[in-house]
Amino acid sequence: MSTHRIVTGAHYGLRDWLAQRITAVIMAVYAVIVVAGLLGSTPFNYEIWLGIFSHTWMRVATLLFVASLAWHAWVGVRDILMDYIKPDGLRLGLQVATLLVIAGYVAWAIQILWR
Amino acid sequence: MSEAAARTARKPRPKYLSLQALLFEIRLPVTGWISILHRISGALLFVALLWLLWMLDLSLASEAGFEKIKHYAHLVPVKLSLLVLVWASCHHFCAGIRYLFIDMDKGVDKETAVLTSWIVFGASFAFTALLGWKLW
Repeated sequence: MSTHRIVTGAHYGLRDWLAQRITAVIMAVYAVIVVAGLLGSTPFNYEIWLGIFSHTWMRVATLLFVASLAWHAWVGVRDILMDYIKPDGLRLGLQVATLLVIAGYVAWAIQILWR
Repeated sequence: MSEAAARTARKPRPKYLSLQALLFEIRLPVTGWISILHRISGALLFVALLWLLWMLDLSLASEAGFEKIKHYAHLVPVKLSLLVLVWASCHHFCAGIRYLFIDMDKGVDKETAVLTSWIVFGASFAFTALLGWKLW
């Protein structure tokens, strides 16, 4: 048998698998920094809360978190739908609905950050 | 027919997974619990994002909105729901880190996998307790 295996398929499996892990690391780093920062900032009031999100770098970092979350959740939810929803039409419908929900979440997050 | 083949033939085979079988008859090992809870916590967080974004939106919109959310978050059912979401985040985070190590072929053998599963449970409950205590 030849050592040169002919690999078939759409090749998005590895890309999605890797993307889910990279986005996970991005979110983990953001979460640890933000949670540690929030726990340290007492007393906690509206001025401080608004102040945190007024810095451009914080807005950009949060947007990166949101973008990572969107991609990560898409891979995860699609995995769940592929595992449990067997009728093709229903699964496709739910996948489209998931994408619309994710797009809505991202748009809303951008609107919240750059008010 | 050999002895072994006869034994296999007599054994009743399950036809499908009933809810009763899933809930009471199949004993998941601790590694399996980490896995299914990783999935459940992920799905839960995805759905809860709608609620969390609503709270973030209102709390940043105005001082009145901030006070409203602060008051809202102190209601017992809201508090308990938030605590569940804090646990889901901590579990998803800790179990996810364990999976990243497993992806790199670290901790794949059975003894280590069981040990790290218990560490994930312990760490996620400890983080939940810490954050719960800090927040309220």
